[in-house]
Amino acid sequence: MKANQVPQDQSSLSKKSLKELCYAVDEDGKYTTALSSGWEPKTVALDGSMQLIQQRIEQAKHLVVNGQASPIVYFMEKSKMDLSILASYVSMWKWRVKRHFNPKVFAKLSNRTLKKYADIFEISVEELKNFKG
Amino acid sequence: MQVEFKHQQSAHCENGVASNLLKHQGIEISEPMVFGLGSGLFFVYLPFVKVNFSPAFSYRPMPGWIFKRMAKLLGIKFKRQKFNSAEKAQQILDQNLKNNIPTGLQVGVYGLTYFPDEYRFHFNAHNLVVYGKTDTDYLISDPVMQETTTLTHQELEKVRFAKGALAPKGHLYYPVYIPKDINWEKAIRKAIRKNCKDMLAPVPIIGVKAIRMVARNIAKWPQKIGVAKTNHYLGQLIRMQEEIGTGGGGFRFIYAAFLQESAEILKNEDLRELSKEMTQIGDMWRDLAVQIARVYKKRSNQQDVYTLLSKNMLEIADREEAFFKKLKKIV
Repeated sequence: MKANQVPQDQSSLSKKSLKELCYAVDEDGKYTTALSSGWEPKTVALDGSMQLIQQRIEQAKHLVVNGQASPIVYFMEKSKMDLSILASYVSMWKWRVKRHFNPKVFAKLSNRTLKKYADIFEISVEELKNFKG
Repeated sequence: MQVEFKHQQSAHCENGVASNLLKHQGIEISEPMVFGLGSGLFFVYLPFVKVNFSPAFSYRPMPGWIFKRMAKLLGIKFKRQKFNSAEKAQQILDQNLKNNIPTGLQVGVYGLTYFPDEYRFHFNAHNLVVYGKTDTDYLISDPVMQETTTLTHQELEKVRFAKGALAPKGHLYYPVYIPKDINWEKAIRKAIRKNCKDMLAPVPIIGVKAIRMVARNIAKWPQKIGVAKTNHYLGQLIRMQEEIGTGGGGFRFIYAAFLQESAEILKNEDLRELSKEMTQIGDMWRDLAVQIARVYKKRSNQQDVYTLLSKNMLEIADREEAFFKKLKKIV
């Protein structure tokens, strides 16, 4: 890559006016660094990943509305977590967290347990309890 | 309190923190040199490990390995500590700052408020340097940022105690011993040899062989798992190759820069030529990313686009194999 060809496309970095460092060669073939505001192929891939996350959130919401999953599933997806990450954050076994995905089990959870989840999701216990999708 | 600390932006956090911390100790070492001495060029394919709902690909070794290898080769000793309690972790950090020691930290990316949302996911092996503290904030030198930045006391505690895979547990480190004489020539030769060995390893999921395995799978995926999933896997491949930190082309350009710098130190013209070749290989990876993005956007159903991607990637594998065989011979 030539230093004057380092791409300057729009990307999520530009929103925060960030630029990333790339390595490239100058006119004399010597290595130098140049800042890049983004590169389209990369943005395409990143957007794809973001869409996948969005789909998962929507799907979780749908399950909560239909009474097939507890709000924990929705907020887990919203925090870009999966079962093992969430279990690690609330310091519980995975099978226990998985049980809490069941709306019937969720309805019987103590406030103490709910608070553990709410704190990790950075919401209040009320918000967690009353989320209906 | 605040330590005089020179912040310099780098492509990758691990090399950047190492380079900045060592420069603070008076050792002039560039990011590519750290990367090269850590034998950082790599490719690994873990079809059985799922990351973001895709098999894991990586263009670099495990987090922390580059740093450790580089320190070992140069004979530099780092003090490293992990903690069970957040209070203790903060206490030791504060004590370091009081003693004028800028300190490297391993942190989780998800809680880094100065990153754009798109970059905040649960990855726990990011590195940064803390060089000062005010009543409310810690002063942060995050090597992938252009300027220094800050995190509140609470925010820093959160990222130091992020949970999940590779949980940092407050991990901090700083250099405690630096040898008087460093034999750069010997270190460079050793690091290059190690890198050739890794890339030419007779293991199907490592190095050149792993690139071939992915390339062959690309041709098979559309039929086996469908086009949507294939595209998602390919998207992940681009992200690993180009996302913040690789300096472009899956670290190939950083490595080419290292070879050029080494050519100077070892006074070896062959190395300079090989640096040019590595730059070309990096360009090939970039071209592959462009092609993948095109397929990805159109969501093309044609079987032959994937065959073509597969063919191009196999070509890269051949080039890299030939490259590392030559490199092995001249050092």
